Amino acid sequence: MTPRNEGMDRRTLMERSVPGRIGANLPDLDVPRQPALDAALLRDELRMPEVTEPEIVRYFTLLSHLNFSIDTNFYPLGSCTMKYNPKVNDEMAFLPGFAALHPHQPPETVQGGLKLLHTLQGYLAEITGMKGVGMASLAGAQGEFCGMLMIRARLIDRGETQRDTVAIPDSAHGTNPASAAMAGFQVVTIPSDSRGNMDLEALNAVADSRLAGVMITQPNTLGLFDANIVELCDTVHRAGGLVYGDGANMNALLGRAKPADMGFDVVHLNLHKTFTTPHGGGGPGAGPVCVTEELVPYLPSPVVMRSGDDGRETFSLEDPERSIGRVSGFHGNFGVLVRAYTYIRTMGNTGLTEVSGNAVLNANYLLQRLRDTYHLPYDRRCMHEVVLSARDQKARGARGLDIAKRLLDYGFHAPTMYFPLIVEETLMIEPTETESRETLDSFVDAMKAIDREVSEDPDLVTGAPHTTPVSRLDEARAARQPDLRG
Amino acid sequence: MTQQAPGAPDRGFHYIPNTDDDRAEMLRAVGAASVDELFHDIPAVLRNPPLNIPGPLSELDLKRELQSMADSNLNLATSVSFLGGGAYNHFSPSIVRAIISRGEFLTAYTPYQPEVSQGTLQVTYDFQTMVCSLFGMEVSDAGMYDGASAVAEAALMACRVTGRGEVAVLDTVSPSYQQVVRAYTQGQGIDVKEIDVSSAGVSDETACVIVQYPNFFGYLDDLAGLEKLAHDKGALLVVSANPVAMGLLKPPGEYGADIVTGEGQPLGIPPSYGGPYLGLFTTRQSRIRQMPGRIAGRTVDSEGRTGYVLTLSTREQHIRRERATSNICTNEALMTLAATVYMAALGKAGLRHVAELSYHKAHYAASLIEKIPGFTFPIDAPFFNEFTVACPVPPGEINGQLLEHNIIGGLDVSDRVPNGMLLCVTEMNSRRDIEDLASALAGGAA
Repeated sequence: MTPRNEGMDRRTLMERSVPGRIGANLPDLDVPRQPALDAALLRDELRMPEVTEPEIVRYFTLLSHLNFSIDTNFYPLGSCTMKYNPKVNDEMAFLPGFAALHPHQPPETVQGGLKLLHTLQGYLAEITGMKGVGMASLAGAQGEFCGMLMIRARLIDRGETQRDTVAIPDSAHGTNPASAAMAGFQVVTIPSDSRGNMDLEALNAVADSRLAGVMITQPNTLGLFDANIVELCDTVHRAGGLVYGDGANMNALLGRAKPADMGFDVVHLNLHKTFTTPHGGGGPGAGPVCVTEELVPYLPSPVVMRSGDDGRETFSLEDPERSIGRVSGFHGNFGVLVRAYTYIRTMGNTGLTEVSGNAVLNANYLLQRLRDTYHLPYDRRCMHEVVLSARDQKARGARGLDIAKRLLDYGFHAPTMYFPLIVEETLMIEPTETESRETLDSFVDAMKAIDREVSEDPDLVTGAPHTTPVSRLDEARAARQPDLRG
Repeated sequence: MTQQAPGAPDRGFHYIPNTDDDRAEMLRAVGAASVDELFHDIPAVLRNPPLNIPGPLSELDLKRELQSMADSNLNLATSVSFLGGGAYNHFSPSIVRAIISRGEFLTAYTPYQPEVSQGTLQVTYDFQTMVCSLFGMEVSDAGMYDGASAVAEAALMACRVTGRGEVAVLDTVSPSYQQVVRAYTQGQGIDVKEIDVSSAGVSDETACVIVQYPNFFGYLDDLAGLEKLAHDKGALLVVSANPVAMGLLKPPGEYGADIVTGEGQPLGIPPSYGGPYLGLFTTRQSRIRQMPGRIAGRTVDSEGRTGYVLTLSTREQHIRRERATSNICTNEALMTLAATVYMAALGKAGLRHVAELSYHKAHYAASLIEKIPGFTFPIDAPFFNEFTVACPVPPGEINGQLLEHNIIGGLDVSDRVPNGMLLCVTEMNSRRDIEDLASALAGGAA
């Protein structure tokens, strides 16, 4: 097997630099030269690449070929909702009437943009069942951080400053405890029970006067709907705490159930997951926070308000009365919000409900077709993703990591691995609704073929990948001898 | 399936390949009678609530709606603007959008599988190289959310590094950046103080002194003096710098800054009403274990070929959980790519040229406004591409008049400087634009 792009020139931009070249065609100075700054304020040299436009285009285009992406590959990365990113979303976000708006423009000059934001706030409130929405948070983790700050601020206003503990299940994404800690809380970990739900008894044990709240992902990172959700929320509320919902897995629930009805006080959404805005190789995202009436005054600044009658309404940016403050320089990732608006308008109420239906059907189809080959740690219907374990394959000499790497040779991106931490050799697979049955069948065939390879030719699996631009990389060396710039 | 108008195909299904036949066969395989049955773990009382949002739209109708909303805004492509104050109108070569629109970059996830993410990873390495060079610093991360949150993360990092609980922010730092620093630190009992240059507000409890360069009002604070002020008390010097200004100015790294952050938007990223932008974050090699965010590193594969990985991740939330240096996960990778393409295109000569265009045009504008009766310059200090004028009447009134000339005036900073207006001039403003502004101001003030 020959790796793709064998022999490709991997020199960096700096290594390609040739003095005297330039890749941009800039205007001349058309005003009289002005007195120069004091020389002590000026820099002596600027080390930057010198390359021409055609070289730049080829460089980045060839680099792009080294990536897997949704546009080129099935990308069943669990809890990441790697679904198709509609091209029309990008085109709309690039309209000059959106992309060329300055964030300090007077509100009367950006009424169209503000109307879009206000309408989107309303859609997200309706989808989650919440009363208020703040969209200034720039990613899911920042939404979590805002949520925890809002809970903190609310508890202070209730005079309950002793509430310093947040309960988080052991299946939670790492950002949950990190966000709670950034907001100043102590984290206590709650185990999952044998069905993958949060252990109610363990929660009861910490539901006291120090409990500030709990962070719950619904469905959880095992891909399971926690059927005790109403009771869980009641327990926390009775103890005087508030319930944070991590909406990373909202793709499973669109049109099927609303976080507010379950008892959540605040939930964030990942627009770059559920609402198809492109992940961009790691962002930009957007993590709006949706809250109950009680928390509306605490939303991060700014929110968009409407005044006046229909047809003569005006929109403005406002600071909520008891706001936790600003977490971003301006009004949120507007370009991402335009894309999410575009998607919601495209799908409408009926389309969004079909999204969750097909996403959950696709995941259960994979569960059913793979359960005889890979261990199923929680034997029940899943929601939008299925968690399998490679424990049986490990006994035959190949770990989950090896199987994931071998999948790359078959042209499939690896599932999420070794997460959640509570399952041995985890493979967390999220197919999404935008994949065809033929793709799912091919993936199943690959997973089964790899299982056979584990028995028949284990080196093929443990040495994988073989066909990618590079083989397994020496991560220990990268950390021990950091080479972080050229 | 849902009810549709006669003749119209089902909307939304152009993104969903399953047909009725597919669904029927898959349900048979799963052993369920219907899709609804798959949701039976959801308590019945919660299931299938009404969803009161409009029905689906065709792509044509959608585009008409969005175009109409977009058209109702004034925008920088059709109006002349002198707004800055944290977001800047710069020329972005066509290749920037062309490259960031490539699906292989646009629709990839965070490069957790390095074997199939070498494109994103190598770009990140290039980015780290160039940002370190711009700021005169030793290590850069792969980018943060935006300039404001990058400063806030720097404040938190300084508290970890020094074990201290006070943050001193210069009063010339952007008010919104100050608010973000306060929001980020509020849960950890960190005391944020606003200080002025002459202040004795820096003490043995101060974790860092935060400076903006050029500052919010456009001017160059004395970095050498501030470095001494901070380091004499064992505090870190944190500088939030405009990367485009670095084409001309001696970088904060050369003044001894410990952490240099910045708003990366001026590097070819559209203003887009405030986001997505890009936080720049650099520090010293010795502080790397306390740095937030992802970092790409160069290494070799099992056959000795050069390759790149995310490294030093034991600082991060997915490993360290509540003990991580930050909760940041998804950042602004596509904007990192945009800035990298931009910096590559402009290169050594272009970055200097753009900085000079901004500098000379801004100073030309100031020289014209200086001659208009009633306009004064309350701050006497060197500046780059922004400056603050005190207007004879409230800036809001002047901006209203400027709008009649299709000019979006400067930012109203009268809450900080009496009748203050912060004006920004870049290569996007022609000589004609600048002279039109001056005439309009002269006319309006008369």
